[in-house]
Amino acid sequence: MSETKKTNIILFSGDYDKAMAAYIIANGAAAYDHEVTIFHTFWGLNALRKDENIQVKKGFMEKMFGKMMPRGADKMGISKMNFAGFGPKMIKDVMKKHNAMPLPDLIEMAQEQDINLVACTMTMDLLGLQKEELLDDIQYAGVAAYLADAEDGNVNLFI
Amino acid sequence: MNVTKTLDATGLACPMPIVKTKKAMKDIEAGEVLEIHATDQGAKADLTAWAKSGGHELLQTEEDNGVFKFWIKKGE
Repeated sequence: MSETKKTNIILFSGDYDKAMAAYIIANGAAAYDHEVTIFHTFWGLNALRKDENIQVKKGFMEKMFGKMMPRGADKMGISKMNFAGFGPKMIKDVMKKHNAMPLPDLIEMAQEQDINLVACTMTMDLLGLQKEELLDDIQYAGVAAYLADAEDGNVNLFI
Repeated sequence: MNVTKTLDATGLACPMPIVKTKKAMKDIEAGEVLEIHATDQGAKADLTAWAKSGGHELLQTEEDNGVFKFWIKKGE
């Protein structure tokens, strides 16, 4: 095969269903032997949060943000029919029935497939998220790093 | 047909059949044949496209009682 193709996905959304779509495409692209990168920015960063409470020094606003946002992929809401948290329970039941992979498993598989998981540092600052609170073995970057990948990317998506 | 390896991807949903196929393909040599069983409705379109993109040859497909069977010959 010729030179490696690239898939770049920006995950802006913090919705469980949208993140699932992003991670399914990413894992599929990795199976296509693409070099795959998911840039997590704004609410999408929550997909990378560890689910335990990590003690870090924070200001008042950052603490509030941290409390109000979902701690980890499994706690994210869905974009439609969330019904104050009942929606995700329903969708997870349906997913189990159809053998669809839950989001935390998709993220784990993405790491197994050597997909680059990147956290946008500027929005980490805005939301008050620190490296200690995010998954291990991820990368940190900004817009230039994204563009460098995107300009010779074959698939570029914003979710 | 001389099948080198068989992959059971039945019951698995997208994107698992393709992810598992890719992994299984790594274990065989060029020219050898991988047999795949899947129940995902999208598997036919997915595996056909995947084989083409990766330079592999989809030799044969078959549907048997809701199970899709594929034979893919690994490319160079």
